[in-house]
Amino acid sequence: MSEHKSTENTPSSPERRRFVGAAAAAAGVSLAPGIMLMEVAHGRPEDQAASSAVRWGMLVDATKCSTGCDDCVTACSTENGWTPVAESQHKNQAPQWIRKLELQDPLTQMETNLPMMCQHCAEAPCVDVCPTGASFKRADGIVLVNRHTCIGCRYCMMACPYKARSLVHESLNDTQKAEVPRGIGCVESCTLCVQKIDRGDGTTACVEACTAAGHNALLFGDMNDPESEISKRLRELPTKQVRADLNLNLGVRYHGI
Amino acid sequence: MASITFREVEGSSLKYWLLFGGLGLFVLFGALAWNYMHHHGHVVTGMDNQIVWGLPHVFAVFLIVAASGALNVASIASVFNQKMYKPLAPLSAVLALALMLGGLLVLVLDLGRSDRLIVAMTHFNFKSMFTWNVFLYSGFFGLVGVYLWTMLDRSVANYSKAAGTAAFIWRLILTTGTGSLFGFLIARELYGTSMLAPMFIIMSFAYGLAVYLMVLAAAYAWTGRALGDAVMLRLKGLLAVFVAAVLYFTVVYHLTSLYFAKMQGVEAFILRDGGIITTLFWVGQIAIGCVLPLLILLTNLGKQRPWIMIACALIILGGLAQMYVTIIGAQAFPLDMFPGLTEKSSFADGQVHSYSPSVPEFFLGLGGVAIALLATTFGVKVLRLLPANLDDATVAKLEH
Repeated sequence: MSEHKSTENTPSSPERRRFVGAAAAAAGVSLAPGIMLMEVAHGRPEDQAASSAVRWGMLVDATKCSTGCDDCVTACSTENGWTPVAESQHKNQAPQWIRKLELQDPLTQMETNLPMMCQHCAEAPCVDVCPTGASFKRADGIVLVNRHTCIGCRYCMMACPYKARSLVHESLNDTQKAEVPRGIGCVESCTLCVQKIDRGDGTTACVEACTAAGHNALLFGDMNDPESEISKRLRELPTKQVRADLNLNLGVRYHGI
Repeated sequence: MASITFREVEGSSLKYWLLFGGLGLFVLFGALAWNYMHHHGHVVTGMDNQIVWGLPHVFAVFLIVAASGALNVASIASVFNQKMYKPLAPLSAVLALALMLGGLLVLVLDLGRSDRLIVAMTHFNFKSMFTWNVFLYSGFFGLVGVYLWTMLDRSVANYSKAAGTAAFIWRLILTTGTGSLFGFLIARELYGTSMLAPMFIIMSFAYGLAVYLMVLAAAYAWTGRALGDAVMLRLKGLLAVFVAAVLYFTVVYHLTSLYFAKMQGVEAFILRDGGIITTLFWVGQIAIGCVLPLLILLTNLGKQRPWIMIACALIILGGLAQMYVTIIGAQAFPLDMFPGLTEKSSFADGQVHSYSPSVPEFFLGLGGVAIALLATTFGVKVLRLLPANLDDATVAKLEH
């Protein structure tokens, strides 16, 4: 018995020995500076499930959203590795995780600009209709698509009142990002930059870009935390949900529409 | 009751094999179309992120709806005990199975990841109408299969009525499920109504019977067996009632929508401004699919077999037009996220979406039709589905 145990504990092949060695070295290199430790402490460990105590959400201040600016769209495309529609050969079939909408009141000529993307509904129609359960809502309110169980039936695209979803119509080029799995034949949409959230960045690429450009039209945060910046602003500003009549309890709220 | 002799179609003539080979060719084209679409992705189709369900869905949903309707003749025999329909029942059941097979294949092969069919069979979300349909379709195969068995095997003939009743109830639920695929969608103005479920049921009655009558007449004409007018005239009368009911439901559906201000935009699109969609609605769905067939079936023209066949063909074409308007038309009209405001974006917001079906989509759809007919052609050769004689004298004896 003891002999058996010792066999199990000893690296049995040169490959395994090399792997263990490399892993130990990597761990040492990562831990040494201490900076890595700090980052890990802010992020969510992989073995810890997302918590329903948190509800990630976004506030869009349409009064600050600038005409002609699409920094949020570019940032999303860069962060998540989808080809910008202008560069796509098949523009109608190109995925767009976020887009700029220009609205106008035909009577008053009042113009409004705003970004439109997945609204991360609490009662998401896409999650309801998905036959395999590939469309799902994480405990922290983020609506995602499981890349492994999406069969590309597009029923969620029929069900979404915000046209937030895209099908990957063709083979993907090498712009893909390691942290953002995508694939031909599957449906995808805004993930609220879930990779950044889980890493502990505390924001999304579009919000970062909007802030960097000085517009400050986007604010991201935990809507369940009364002390968060987004909760405070939501208490002060009158906001609306798009198609509020559907009563889907959206994670994205708009001011100035 | 006089007994009826059922006999297989010999199926050794050149004509039979030409038919078999011709249908096989279209099945092959369908397979090639699928291979092409699967290899390159949906980029080679006319579908995009606005029109997400295209021509394959038009064919698939039509075939699935027609499948449940094709079972009607058998249901009338078993459930409602109409003796004249009894000899017609086995073909009705086989045609129902074949059409369902064709429709499901098209539906499945149009998936973005058709290679992941096993995922759809092992992962279920019971809040999804699609999931319910997976069970309804599988159950349909099972129940109609058993029902067919009770009709073909005398030792279990006593269970025929029970099996037929179960299949009848199941098919009503199944078409409710198919209609509710659209009825349960909140996003699009033309969907999201319980009206779609009964409307799909009545449409299934009409489309299924039209397909059945054409297959029945063709089978008897091509095998040189006698098919009397009594059968044809009775069935065409029933067909006229179904088509009139389809027209009634369509009128009520659109009148109700027209009454609501929020629906007037989409109704104006379908009924007046929708270009090809409007043409398909008025010319295809209404004129070809309902009005002309009614004129034929309800007048003296309807007493002549060629005209009955023309009426059936028109109903089928009108049915395809109806599916096109229902499925593509509803997607072509832009979503109204901000009522009262004009919308503009890189994602075609606020615009009517155009759709040009590609050749592979068309052949994938036709492949489904071909496989349904091929299965039926094979079925009548290997199983005793068709009475050897259905002339008026034989049929008259059944009812006494």
